[in-house]
Amino acid sequence: MTQINVRVDGASYSDDVEPRTLLVHYLREQLGKVGTVVGCDTSNCGACTVHLDGESVKSCTVLAVQADGSEVTTIEGIAEGGELHPMQKAFHEKHGLQCGYCTPGMIMASIDLLKNNPDPSESEIREGIEGNLCRCTGYVNIVRAVQQAAGEMSSTAGAQA
Amino acid sequence: MIPASFAYARPTTVDEALQAIAAGGEDVKIMAGGQSLIPVMRLRLAAPETVVDLTKVTELRGVREDGDSLVIGAMTTHSDILRDPLVARYGKLIAEATETVADPAVRHRGTFGGALAHADPAGDLPAVALALDAEFVIAGPGGARRSVPASAFFVDYLTTALEEGELLVEVRVPKLGEGWGVRYEKFNRVAQAWSIVAVAAAVRREGSTIAEARIGLTNMGSTPLRATATEQALVGADVSLETVTAAAAQAAEGTEPSSDLNAQADYRQHLARVLTGRAVRAAAGL
Repeated sequence: MTQINVRVDGASYSDDVEPRTLLVHYLREQLGKVGTVVGCDTSNCGACTVHLDGESVKSCTVLAVQADGSEVTTIEGIAEGGELHPMQKAFHEKHGLQCGYCTPGMIMASIDLLKNNPDPSESEIREGIEGNLCRCTGYVNIVRAVQQAAGEMSSTAGAQA
Repeated sequence: MIPASFAYARPTTVDEALQAIAAGGEDVKIMAGGQSLIPVMRLRLAAPETVVDLTKVTELRGVREDGDSLVIGAMTTHSDILRDPLVARYGKLIAEATETVADPAVRHRGTFGGALAHADPAGDLPAVALALDAEFVIAGPGGARRSVPASAFFVDYLTTALEEGELLVEVRVPKLGEGWGVRYEKFNRVAQAWSIVAVAAAVRREGSTIAEARIGLTNMGSTPLRATATEQALVGADVSLETVTAAAAQAAEGTEPSSDLNAQADYRQHLARVLTGRAVRAAAGL
């Protein structure tokens, strides 16, 4: 067992984990953060995407021990004060989902995309979420949701500035 | 699937890493970003006795310049590469190829050195390193360093000149400055897929003549290859569609690509010729 100290969704944890434990299993099984799902199990689908020190990663392809000393944000940690994150709200309003299984990863990848590119074109959105697979929607409403969130987040940022 | 059990070492310096590798027993795997290693461990295609995790070896991360070279630390992530001003200025071919690696989340973890040491023939960076005549700086047990040229680094499928107990520390890449044009042409069918074939081209023009040409081929054999016949045909030639097309027709000479579900060998050779033409035209500004 190896000791790790991590912050997850704003709370600090100190745990002993087996080195082979994947970050996604640590989040789900040890911390109960079941909002982050396991999809393909092979690093392709992106359903398990979380933020590690502010950057999107596939948590099925990170060992929990590699997150030692880091800050993890999951889909459960992005709403503030009971208000959905603008990206969550946009996926809801634009119906950027059908079965919803890819949604946690899609939202985390999309937030990362806007952090680096606040006003992406449609093709930049499609490239930005190329690591996340949706097998229901054909991506049309997902792209619309990201566009809506981009507009809302940039106008909010503008209002605060 | 989760990986089989392994002993785990988390060094913070190169010296500690070398000690951990030496002490790790018969079957040690060095983990850089883990984006290739963790999947193969999960599939139990690899079940190392010891994993030496370089995550905290911060001295291996970053890009600096040293005279005519860019020096890229082995733990520099693909995302770091894409944000780096020195790479943007002197390493555009590296940046172009890196942009096509996997997807953003994988590029946040995957590393330059890890991708090269993994030496997957379908990986994008080995052909770039070969085309640019990169030098691989390797630390051995006890800390002694040696340097291996790219032409000798890639030995076979997933096999490099790295010996047991050694660690890839950094890669020195000649700067490409004024006069050079570059292009990485990658052919694959779906998002985040590996190259079926790709071509890395760097061309230096002097007026209307091609003064130097460097062309690396991805996935055209068990290692990355240079398109030597094409390079020789281009040097000294006029910059014209005719000369580039004729030279690109020789791009598959001497290659023995594999056949698999994605492509037969002769189709890969066809792709190499077509993509070389596209890459050289773009790099030469045609």
